[in-house]
Amino acid sequence: MGRKNLLRLLLLALIVAVVPLFIRKDYYLSILVFMGINGLAVMGLSLLMGYAGQISLGHAAFYGIGAYCTGVLTTHYGFSLYTAFFSGLVLSVLVAIVIGIPALRLKGHYLAVATLGIGEIVFIVFNEWIEMTGGPSGLSNIPALQIAGFTFGTSLRFYYLVWAVNLLALIFSLNLIHSRVGRALRSMHGSETAAAAMGVNLSLFKIQVFILSAVFASVAGTLYAHFVSFIAPNNFGLMVSIMFLMMGVIGGIHNIWGALFGASLLTFLPEYLRVFEEYDILVYGAILLLILLFMPEGFLEGIPALYRKWVKQEGRSQ
Amino acid sequence: MNPLLTIENLKKAFGGLMALVDLSVQVHEGQIKSVIGPNGAGKTTLFNLITGVHPVSGGKIFFRDREITHLKPHQIAALGISRTFQTVELFGNMTVLENVMVGCHTRFRSGLIASGLRLPRMRREEKEIWERANQLLEMGGLSAKADHPSKSLPLGEQKILEVLRALASEPKLLLLDEPAAGLNEVETDRMSELIHDIRDRGTTILLVEHDMRLVMNISDDIVVINYGQKIAEGPPEAVQQDPQVIEAYLGGDLEYA
Amino acid sequence: MIAYSEGLMDLQSQVIQYLVTGLTVGSIYAMVGLGFTIIYNATGIINLAQGEFVMFGGLIMVFLTATLRIPMVPAFFITLALVTLIGMVYERLFINPLKNSSLMTLLIVTVAVSIFFRGLAMFIWGKNPYSLPPFTSGKPLLIGGAAIIPQVFWVLGLSLLAVILMNLFFNKTIIGKAMSACAGNPLAASLVGIQVSRMILLSFAMSATLGALAGITITPIALMEYDRGPLLALKGFCAAVLGGLGLGTGAVVAGFIIGVVESFAAGFLSSGFKDAIALIILILVLFIKPSGLLGSEEVGKVKKF
Repeated sequence: MGRKNLLRLLLLALIVAVVPLFIRKDYYLSILVFMGINGLAVMGLSLLMGYAGQISLGHAAFYGIGAYCTGVLTTHYGFSLYTAFFSGLVLSVLVAIVIGIPALRLKGHYLAVATLGIGEIVFIVFNEWIEMTGGPSGLSNIPALQIAGFTFGTSLRFYYLVWAVNLLALIFSLNLIHSRVGRALRSMHGSETAAAAMGVNLSLFKIQVFILSAVFASVAGTLYAHFVSFIAPNNFGLMVSIMFLMMGVIGGIHNIWGALFGASLLTFLPEYLRVFEEYDILVYGAILLLILLFMPEGFLEGIPALYRKWVKQEGRSQ
Repeated sequence: MNPLLTIENLKKAFGGLMALVDLSVQVHEGQIKSVIGPNGAGKTTLFNLITGVHPVSGGKIFFRDREITHLKPHQIAALGISRTFQTVELFGNMTVLENVMVGCHTRFRSGLIASGLRLPRMRREEKEIWERANQLLEMGGLSAKADHPSKSLPLGEQKILEVLRALASEPKLLLLDEPAAGLNEVETDRMSELIHDIRDRGTTILLVEHDMRLVMNISDDIVVINYGQKIAEGPPEAVQQDPQVIEAYLGGDLEYA
Repeated sequence: MIAYSEGLMDLQSQVIQYLVTGLTVGSIYAMVGLGFTIIYNATGIINLAQGEFVMFGGLIMVFLTATLRIPMVPAFFITLALVTLIGMVYERLFINPLKNSSLMTLLIVTVAVSIFFRGLAMFIWGKNPYSLPPFTSGKPLLIGGAAIIPQVFWVLGLSLLAVILMNLFFNKTIIGKAMSACAGNPLAASLVGIQVSRMILLSFAMSATLGALAGITITPIALMEYDRGPLLALKGFCAAVLGGLGLGTGAVVAGFIIGVVESFAAGFLSSGFKDAIALIILILVLFIKPSGLLGSEEVGKVKKF
C-alpha cells in the first residue's frame, strides 16, 4: 500500500491510542465513537463513489439493517451477538445483491435511484413493522457488546473497539486500492471502454464494491446499536443517507482517508452547531455549500490545491 | 492451418447507414495483416465489432474455432484478443506503469477479498504483475517514465504505452487501430520497430492504418475496404497495383507519407 | 336491497374520492417531476432541491397574504416571481461556478442547497405548518357521492394549464426549441449560437416557477411546512424517471399515476406504506423497462442518466 499510507496508518493508530489520555469526558468520547462509526460507513460509500463511480442515496438502509437485525435478534430472541451480527451482514449483502445486480448491469446512474428507493422502503419497514421493530417508538434495551467475556459497556472501551475496527477496515481498503482489483476500479474511471478492452468486467466489479460498501455500513450499524442501546427508525432515514453522502464528498472521495476526515468533521460540526438553535440547519447548510463551492473535490484534495494556488499567487506578486 | 480469426459475412448497420456490408476476412497465425481504406470506410467499426463494443447486425466472427460474435468486450479480452484505440484511451488518472499493470488484468485471478486481505497468492501475483509491466516498459523504452502520470507523455509515447498495455495480457491477436496516427516520422519508425518486435515474439497482428509507408513496410497481407465492402486483398505489391484500390483513394496514387 | 346498493354507493364514492385525491396530489408530483426533467434536460443534473421550490411557494404566499395582507391575486404572481428569483439566484451562486465539476458533485450541491433552504425556512417560519384560504370559497361539490372541494379544481386546472404552456413553449417557441437542443448536444448548441449558460439559468427559473405554482395551489388543501420538500422531491423524481426523463408529458402522466396509485393504496391498504408506493413502482418499472414507462428505448440509451 505504499510507505506513505503505512506511515499514516501508524500515525492514526498512535493518535487513537493516545487521545483518551487527554479526553476523559464521556460526552466527548461518545462523539469520537460516532466519528468512528460514521467513518466506517462512509469508508464503504467512498469506495463506491470514488472507485466504482456510483452513488448510493440510501446507504442508511444497510446501516439500519445491521442495527435492527442485531437489535431485534438480541433483544426479542436472545440470539448470541455473533449470530445477530452475521444475520445483519447476510441480510445486507442479500439486499445489496438484489438491487445491485439489476441496477449495475445498466450503464448510468440507476443505482442512485435504486438505492434511493431501497432506503425509503427499508425505513418504512422499520416504521411499520411494529411487532418486530417497535415502530416509531423504537427498540430499546439492546445489550452491550460482549466479546469473549469482555463487555464493551463504557464509552472508552467502545471507542477503542470502534477505532480498532476502523483501522482494520482501512487496512483492507488500502490493500484493495493497491491491488489488481483497485487498479481495475480506477481504470474504469479513466476509460470504461479501455478497461473493458483490457478484460475488466465492469458490472462485476461495481457490484462487488457495492456489496462491500453495504457490509461496511452494516457493521457500522451493528456497532451503533450496541453503543446507543436504543434505536429508532429516524436514525436510518433519508437524512442519514444524505449525511453519509455529504461526509464522503466533503472529505474527498478519491482518497480513502477523505472518508474518515469527512465523517469526523460532519459528526463534530452539528454538535458544535447546537449552540445556534434555530439557525443550526441554516448554518450547517451554509457551511456545506461553502465547502462545496471552494473545494468541490473535497477537503483532502482541496486544501493542497488551494495552498498551491495561494503559493502561485504569492510567487506572481513578487 | 486453421486461421486465427475468421470473419464471415459481417454486416453492421447504424440506423439506416450500412457501415459494413458482407465482409469476410481471415487472419492467419503469425502474420501482420493490415486493413486500409479511405476515411469512413468502416475500419474502426470492424475493430469495434470484433472486440464486442458494438453488436453485429449480421454475420459471424470466429476466434480459432470458437464463435465470439456476441461476447462482451471483457470476455473477448480474456480469450486473448487485445487492442489499441484510434484516439488514445489511456487511463489518464493512472501512471504509466499502472496503465500497463491494468493490461495484465485478465491473466490474473486475485479477487476482492484476497486483495483486501493481502493473501499470499495475491502478493505473488502483484509481484509478477509488477515485473511483467516493467519488462514491457523496457521493451517500449518508457522505463524512465514509469511513475509519471500517463497523460503527461507526448502523443508518440502515449501510443506506444497503449500498445504495451495491450501486450500485457499476452494476447494471441493484437488489434492496432491507427497506431501511427498523429506521429511524426521518427515516432512512426519507433512504432514500426515495436510492431516488428511484437510479431517476432509470435503475436498475430491486425492493423488499421492510413500511413502507407508503414503499411507497405510491415504487412504480410493487406485488406482494402471501401464503403464497408472488401475491394481487394493480398500481399502489398499486389494491392498497390490493384486498379480498384487506386481508384478508391481519390482516383489518384496511394499516398506515401 | 337498499343496504346492498348503499354499500355499492359507498364503494363508488370511496373510489371517486381516492381518485380525486390521487389526481390532486398527483398533479403536485407532476409539477415537481416536470421541474426535474427541465433541469435534467438542460444540464444533466438531478436537482434534489426541487421540493424546496414547492415549499417556498406555499410559505411565501402565506407570508404575503397573511402577514403583509396583500390580496390573493397579486400575491400569487409576486410569489411566483420571488420563487423564480430564488431559483435563478440558486443557479448563479451554486451551479454556474461549479459547471466544470462532476455530476456527482453537482448532485451533492443540490442536496446541500436543499438543506440550506430548509434551514432558512425553519429560521423564518419555524416548524409549524401553515395554511392558506382556498382560492374560491364554496361548498364542496358532490360528484358520484364524493365530496370534492373547489380548490381541487384550481390545483388540477392550473397544473394542466402549466403543462400546456410548457408544451407550447418547448415545441413552438424558438427559446424552447433551443433548450431542447442544449439538452441533446450542448457543444453543437453553443456552436450554432445558443447560449448554453442562459438556457441553464432559464431551466432553473422555470422549474422554480412550476414548483412554486404547485406549492401555492396545494397549501389550502394540504398545508405547508418547512420540511415538506424532500418527500415531494423524492416522489417527483420518481415521476420524472418513470416518465423517461424526457422533455415531454411523461413526467406529468407518471406523476398522476403515482398520485392515484398512492391514494388507492393508502385508502384500501394502509397509509403507512403509501410513501413507499412511488418508490416501489419506480424500482419495478426500472428493472423491467429502464427507459421508463413512456420513454423510448433510444432515448433511454442516449440519455445516459
